[in-house]
Amino acid sequence: MVSEYLEQPTEGTPAEVTGSAQPTVIECRSAWVKYGDNPAVKDVTLDFPAKQVTSLIGPSGCGKSTLLRSFNRMNDFIPGIKIEGQILYHGRDLYGREVDPVEVRRRIGMVFQKPNPFPKSIFQNIVWGPMINGLAPRSGRKAWQQELVQRCLEGAALWDEVKDRLHESGLSLSGGQQQRLCIARALAMDPEVILMDEPCSALDPRSTLRIEDLIDELRTRFTIIIVTHNMQQAARVSDLTAFLYEGNLVEHGPTQKIFTNPDQKQTEEYITGRFG
Amino acid sequence: MRQVRRRQWRSRLMLAGASLCALLCAVPVMAVLLYVTIKGIGSVNWDFFTQIQKPVGEAGGGMKHALVGSLIVVGGASLVGLPVGLAGGIYLAEFGEGRFAAAVRFAADTINGVPSIVAGLVIWPLVVVPMRSFSAIAGSLALAIIMIPLVMRTTEEMLRLVPRSQRDAALAVGATRARTTLSVVLPAAVGGVVTGTLLALARIAGETAPLLFTCLGNQWFSLRLDHPIATLPVQIYTYAIAPFDDWHRQAWAGALVLVSGTLLVNVLARVATRRRHDFTR
Repeated sequence: MVSEYLEQPTEGTPAEVTGSAQPTVIECRSAWVKYGDNPAVKDVTLDFPAKQVTSLIGPSGCGKSTLLRSFNRMNDFIPGIKIEGQILYHGRDLYGREVDPVEVRRRIGMVFQKPNPFPKSIFQNIVWGPMINGLAPRSGRKAWQQELVQRCLEGAALWDEVKDRLHESGLSLSGGQQQRLCIARALAMDPEVILMDEPCSALDPRSTLRIEDLIDELRTRFTIIIVTHNMQQAARVSDLTAFLYEGNLVEHGPTQKIFTNPDQKQTEEYITGRFG
Repeated sequence: MRQVRRRQWRSRLMLAGASLCALLCAVPVMAVLLYVTIKGIGSVNWDFFTQIQKPVGEAGGGMKHALVGSLIVVGGASLVGLPVGLAGGIYLAEFGEGRFAAAVRFAADTINGVPSIVAGLVIWPLVVVPMRSFSAIAGSLALAIIMIPLVMRTTEEMLRLVPRSQRDAALAVGATRARTTLSVVLPAAVGGVVTGTLLALARIAGETAPLLFTCLGNQWFSLRLDHPIATLPVQIYTYAIAPFDDWHRQAWAGALVLVSGTLLVNVLARVATRRRHDFTR
């Protein structure tokens, strides 16, 4: 079984570079991602420890989104995409032959740049994923759904705002609420990892702050990898930061260190806004 | 100041020109509707729908056989054309990359541009000759040839209007591609797909040329698929070129029924698919 294959715990390489005590969940070993012959990600070796927020920063086109999307195989549909090296999930190659990409996406959820709720009700937006994946019990389905919706909306700090209108369209919400709905939808699959691709770039400052607070609440339960253009955001929400430039991993380590005392000059210049 | 004035003046002139052209587009439609109504309304009566053709020289009779014949032939064409066209469109929109898809697209566009009589010409040696008879089936197949590329391309276009982000959303919660297509993309485009499909139906319902040497025509009422069958457009054609005033009047009535039917289908399509969260309207 593919699911069992992904389930099996391996030795749990401690993240040496980061000094984190948490076991590694996702690990890149000399990973390359190429569009045809153009490499977007070059020889990146990077660990993502469990239950930590890691932010990927770097100027536009540095390959951070491409790298993020290769963690749940969302790049699979891009014609000409090639992955070289290894991207491991609990020590297992995510691109191994026996891996089912659908199974990967069930475990590694994603929140996108622009809120993209389904044109369905708020309720349906949340239950759809678990329902099509057959996670619902045979009996007591109604109650199970109710419980799931409440739990996920609470988890995404949206419940109080929408509890009286669960059957209205998800598209009737404001942009910030829509994005939290999308987070709730990701939570509904009970993933281990949540990937966030610039989740606040389409939101106003106040909604951004709410999402950041939410990330802070989620960090105890999930491994979060977030791509962001906003330096302050990376500094505020993440435990670890990785700086990419032109597809290369320039530097990576505890956020505090990256932002106060980076080893590389390039990192310092980017963070202080001198280029990028 | 002077420049501003000149610019405003020029803007008005262009707007007036464009409006006039828009009006010119609408005029022929209105003219056709009006003229057909005026000429045909007098002969659309109960007999028209319930009687079949009377022998030459005898007044009266109707087009029941042609109306039913058209329903059968168009129905048969849809039975073949809709599934193939829809599935083909889905393939092109969701999975169609590379050379094969490009070739299919090119072929569909080419057929769309070919005069419709060619569809009949192709069916003649393939179906009519082996069966040794004109038939409703042959007509249906000829119409299906016209219908498939139409439905396929509109379905593809409509599915492409559904934003990429919707597909991403479904895939990211563990939906397979098939599930994503059927449960997310297709429902989000259903309005456009249904409209396109109904337009294709209306189009083939009015086709005459492909039926001339496939269905042929029949002055009797027939429900048999392997026999020649009367259809509305061919019946209108036959009546219109005949030298009898009574037949001319019935041809106008037939044209009115055909046009009204097309109009009705269009209106129904719009009403039936009026939904809020459809990305194709």
